[in-house]
Amino acid sequence: MSEDLKNLIIDYVKHEYLEEDADQEVTENTPLISSGIVDSFSMVSLKTFLEKKFNIKIPDEKATPEAFDTVNNMINLLKEFNVT
Amino acid sequence: MSNIGFYEERYKNFDWDISAKELQYGKDGMFNIGYYCSDRIVEKGSGDKLALIWQGFSGDVKRYTYQDIKDYSNVFAKFLCDLGIAVGDRVCIFMDRLPELYISFLGILKMGGITQPLFSAFGEDALFTRLDDAQTKAIFTTKKHAGKIRRIREKLPALKHVIVVDADQEALKGDEISFRMDKAEKVDEFNIFKAGAEAPSVLHYTSGTTGKPKGAMHVHSSILAQYITAKWVLDIEPDDTYWCTADPGWVTGTSYGIIGPWSAGVTQTVLDAGFNSEKWYAFIDKHKITVWYTAPTAIRLLMKDGIEAVRKYKLNSLRHLISVGEPLNAEAVIWSQEAFGKPFHDSYWQTETGAIVITNYPGMKIKPGSMGKPFPGITATVVDQKTFQPIENSGTVGLIALKPGWPSMFRTYWNNKAMYDTKFKNNWYICGDRASIDSEGYFWFVGRDDDVINTGGHLVGPFEIESALLEHEAVAESAAVGKPDAVNMEVVKAFVALKPGYEVTADLELSIMNFIRKKLSPLAMPQEIEFVQSLPKTRSGKIMRRLLRAKEWGQEIGDISTLEND
Repeated sequence: MSEDLKNLIIDYVKHEYLEEDADQEVTENTPLISSGIVDSFSMVSLKTFLEKKFNIKIPDEKATPEAFDTVNNMINLLKEFNVT
Repeated sequence: MSNIGFYEERYKNFDWDISAKELQYGKDGMFNIGYYCSDRIVEKGSGDKLALIWQGFSGDVKRYTYQDIKDYSNVFAKFLCDLGIAVGDRVCIFMDRLPELYISFLGILKMGGITQPLFSAFGEDALFTRLDDAQTKAIFTTKKHAGKIRRIREKLPALKHVIVVDADQEALKGDEISFRMDKAEKVDEFNIFKAGAEAPSVLHYTSGTTGKPKGAMHVHSSILAQYITAKWVLDIEPDDTYWCTADPGWVTGTSYGIIGPWSAGVTQTVLDAGFNSEKWYAFIDKHKITVWYTAPTAIRLLMKDGIEAVRKYKLNSLRHLISVGEPLNAEAVIWSQEAFGKPFHDSYWQTETGAIVITNYPGMKIKPGSMGKPFPGITATVVDQKTFQPIENSGTVGLIALKPGWPSMFRTYWNNKAMYDTKFKNNWYICGDRASIDSEGYFWFVGRDDDVINTGGHLVGPFEIESALLEHEAVAESAAVGKPDAVNMEVVKAFVALKPGYEVTADLELSIMNFIRKKLSPLAMPQEIEFVQSLPKTRSGKIMRRLLRAKEWGQEIGDISTLEND
């Protein structure tokens, strides 16, 4: 499931935040926020994506740039909501 | 002692000639900003001094001396001339914060072009609106952003040249041109265009309540205000290492991310990376930054990550801290005192003013939460909302108004003189913000006087968002307002009524958010969407945006009959 989860988030990031012909590679460890691929405003759509997809509510204090900086960080965050 | 010395003395005895004399502005008929930010510093014997320390996300660092800045900006200027770009043509810069952005900015000015920097996160609709309005002739961009231009190129017949600065020719499409600054032939001397002091220089787009974004047109002599405010407000001195965190797609990033610091001959730093508290602290530590100009939103994000993160780094190089973009709350001032041993100084200005107009000065008593006092040479007051007469009573809220005539005041809105004229009432320039003045002459910000949304220090026009929302297949009608946000002051909230046959689902909400993000920008993306059956309207059918906004801010709505008659 974790592998599926990883691929789901990576696909979403690639589809939503990268240009179609971008040659950028995205892995579970690619920095997203701190690299500028996803800016802090767009982080909200990433947060909303996870909330809607898994029917959870991520409180503001947990929605930090650090928590969304890599796909792995997001997977760790989701574990707190029993999403694995 | 700070550069400004005693504020009251300076205010009393100020003349813009102080700035002109220090810069030797107009010597030999030279008024071009490009010259004052590069060649002049070299002529003064500081060619070997570092002008720019640039750091990319992965930590790679590039360093450029003033001699490099002069030579490379010549390269850009000659390249544009060879391309057939003429004096007065608009040349856009649309890229992340690469060295080429900062240097091409000067190159465009040196050959007499009007530079039009645009925020690289803009989506294709936002980009189209601004390029179309300015009838832009050429655009510098990077591989990463070229796709957005490709998708709108056909609708922009005036756009003759798309120049990509980080790709070789074989990687490009159609008639796109590859131009590599570092591979181009060196141009030691370039005959800088002798622009008049009143000749157009920089075109910055800004949003209003109604209509499309407007291009605020600035002129070369704006440098008189940008130079002296950089010295007196930012307090930069020759040995400083300065960091302005603003993107040059916005006015702070050009007035104080290029013109101010470089005309004063200091070393400035650029971090081309997204936000990360510890990476920011590490950047300050590594480059021993002394003067730091940032935004309240960033400060509040730093606060969120706690003071422990600050303590991991050696930040005692910091000498002076300033902030801009939205009101700096008292908590942030107090926190910075604890975290860095010195307070952030709030500064107030806007795209149209071109330079700082009201601020807190080094050495002056700071009242946390106050905007400070008018810059010497600026006559500022608050005026009555109806009569536009100055309000005499301290503490009474009115509209911030400035006496026209300071050097960096915008000269018009591009192609929209009628809109420009509406900004002046009773011989005052009306900023569009509400404030009061206390008995000691300090200004206190209250809020915007219109529906423009100030999110993270950037103004976003509700009309542009609503127009884009209507392009979504499911949206029948919409309204965009600002709602309170602890970090960004305001964020966009959209009220949306769906077309028949569409149902509210999580996927639809996400699809609308991302639709706006891609079409306009991440700033314009609604952070919340409230689906409604219909929107409140006036008798003439206009959506009562103010009513919706008031609800978000928990304000009394009162008698809405007047709104209904709007």
